[in-house]
Amino acid sequence: MSKIRIRAEKLAKKYYIGRKREKYSTLRDTIAEAFAAPFRRAGKLLRGEAAGAAELDETIWALKDVSFEIKEGEVVGIIGRNGAGKSTLLKLLSRITEPSSGYAEIRGRVGSLLEVGTGFHHELTGRENIYLNGAILGMKRIEINRKFDEIVAFSEVEKFVDTPVKHYSSGMYLRLAFAVAAHLEPEILLVDEVLAVGDARFQKKCLNKMEDVGKEGRTVLFVSHNMPAITRLCERTILLDEGGVLKDGPSYAVVSTYMNSGHGTMAVREWTDLTNSPSHEIARLCAVRVRSDDGRISDALDIRQPVGLEIEYEVLKSGYTLLPNFHFVNEDGIEVFVIVDLDPEWRKRKRPAGRYVSKAWLPGNLLAEGTLFVRANLCTLDPQIILFDVPEAVAFHVIDSLKGDSVRGDFVGHYPGVIRPIARWETQYTPNSELICT
Amino acid sequence: MHMNKAVEPGADVPRLSSVKPADVPVICIEPSTGWVPLNLKDLWDYRELLYFFIWRDIKVRYKQTVLGAAWAIVQPFFTMVVFSIFFGRLAKVPSDGIPYPLFSYAALVPWTFFANGLNHGSNSLVSGANLLKKIYFPRPAMPIATVLSGVVDFLLAFVVLMGMMLYYGYVPTMNVLWLPFFLLLALTTSLGVSLWLSATNVLFRDVGYLIPFLAQLWLFATPIAYPSSLLPEPWRTLYGINPMVGVVEGFRWALLGVNTAPGPIIIVSSLTSFLLMVTGAFYFRRMERTFADVV
Repeated sequence: MSKIRIRAEKLAKKYYIGRKREKYSTLRDTIAEAFAAPFRRAGKLLRGEAAGAAELDETIWALKDVSFEIKEGEVVGIIGRNGAGKSTLLKLLSRITEPSSGYAEIRGRVGSLLEVGTGFHHELTGRENIYLNGAILGMKRIEINRKFDEIVAFSEVEKFVDTPVKHYSSGMYLRLAFAVAAHLEPEILLVDEVLAVGDARFQKKCLNKMEDVGKEGRTVLFVSHNMPAITRLCERTILLDEGGVLKDGPSYAVVSTYMNSGHGTMAVREWTDLTNSPSHEIARLCAVRVRSDDGRISDALDIRQPVGLEIEYEVLKSGYTLLPNFHFVNEDGIEVFVIVDLDPEWRKRKRPAGRYVSKAWLPGNLLAEGTLFVRANLCTLDPQIILFDVPEAVAFHVIDSLKGDSVRGDFVGHYPGVIRPIARWETQYTPNSELICT
Repeated sequence: MHMNKAVEPGADVPRLSSVKPADVPVICIEPSTGWVPLNLKDLWDYRELLYFFIWRDIKVRYKQTVLGAAWAIVQPFFTMVVFSIFFGRLAKVPSDGIPYPLFSYAALVPWTFFANGLNHGSNSLVSGANLLKKIYFPRPAMPIATVLSGVVDFLLAFVVLMGMMLYYGYVPTMNVLWLPFFLLLALTTSLGVSLWLSATNVLFRDVGYLIPFLAQLWLFATPIAYPSSLLPEPWRTLYGINPMVGVVEGFRWALLGVNTAPGPIIIVSSLTSFLLMVTGAFYFRRMERTFADVV
């Protein structure tokens, strides 16, 4: 029987979220509140009932009663929707924050990689940052000395190793950061979605490196949304859902459960149990889906092709005009745009009870590359009521296959901007000779 | 082995550490409450990181500045010039028979070290919030490194002090051997206050506004522009409750031979400084468990 490296017993973590809103009717109340609030806030903070200087009253359990054991040499994947508790679990295991209850024991040195490039300093050179970041990740100086050349070679920034990293391109920066992290050699490695850096070629290189780490007999916990990477790297996978362990077993089985639950692909979310779907007495949400041009559900969409967004809902109470709408938020949290149902047939018509599917098609060559999160919202304007509102209901990736006919043309480097419309370009040419004549 | 035993809620589960030989480190993760012991061993294990933090602070401190490391000298030196004009020349503040510029600069050198340590140390956790949220390391390493990195600035300013002593023809006596002790006293004081304030700063950003104000009050509560010999005896010793009184008078005693310092004041100052640091360390330890969640 091999040694147990990590053991978690009923780990739980509570966070304070949301803020209580109070309305002050009179100026006197407002002023009185302004004086009283700091004292109340300080009291709450000191009793540990709130977080930060904001007044936070609601709590959520980011993780509740999570138990598992991980043996030496196991490479375990952790999957789950956004907010399922994956990152919280890694934070607890890497001792960044304390659990609210339960305990865990870890035998061996832990290296945690929750972000690449933590502690990089822009004013320092690549060389200096390798040492600094290495030390922050828990490497000893002799260890870094020994691996220095290897790290530089892996990062492919040899020529710029004595240049301050503030002059690096974002790709070089990430490569250097990952290179340091990839050369960590603790007995236990906790990794959070750091493979999602750099271009496709570098990602592949990182994935190979991770595979080597697993083969060396080290224990790895690997959080990712990348299902192919999970099945390739991990024999065992833990599926988290709403803070608890939903399934724990061989990767192929857990991943397929996850995919079939509709969560694996971020492109669809269905509420089969309608009693707890987002709802209002007038209507409730049944499903949100992302479709590619050919009608298939897909979370990887070609930048040149139209994107279909679909919302399925049930109207429970007749007699309201309804406005389904989608908000698109990119990875930087920018709300890129909002689309509202303008279907002429139903736009001004009071809807009878029943099931509806509203579909919106966005043209190709509009969205920028990257991940877009879709907020699904249904409201009525008269009276103004929000019937349901689901942030990050679905998400999808926009991919540019670099064929030369997207907005990029033949350019393959970093392409800025939150949208990518194709413009019609015209060129007017006047030969030099004519310029002289006039 | 107990591994597959069904665990009932609240049941006392045998711990791995009690079963296995201790050849590899065992990390126990559980909620803590109330006052907890200081984990100095952990800090010692991470001494290399501490070294790198100090190294980073020194390296980046004067990056992208025109004057660079000269700032370390500019600050105390020009304060000395201003003090010499207003307090020395115009207000005719006594200076224990020492030329006023030398008298005030000898105090400003350790004071600047203390005040900068206090300022940067108290903000260290907030400005390093990203590290706190992404990486584990013993949290006190941050304020400690920040305060320690100020020693380089101190040495630069100290070289100028030596130059001034030469200029005014002062040769230190054997007392100078005590100097490292007074520097240590300034260090523990600065660190003690930084531990208190940096931990509080994570919860209450009010501390950021408090620091400049506190530093200013403290400057005038310390005999920098004036000698502590202005106070009659029982009060002078009591004055040592401000640990910086011990530091400043200690510096003047060790370097310039002023006879107001030693003895009782130093003892009182050392005690309060030590108390400040120990309580700061325990308070910090108590607060640090929530840093990553609230910063």
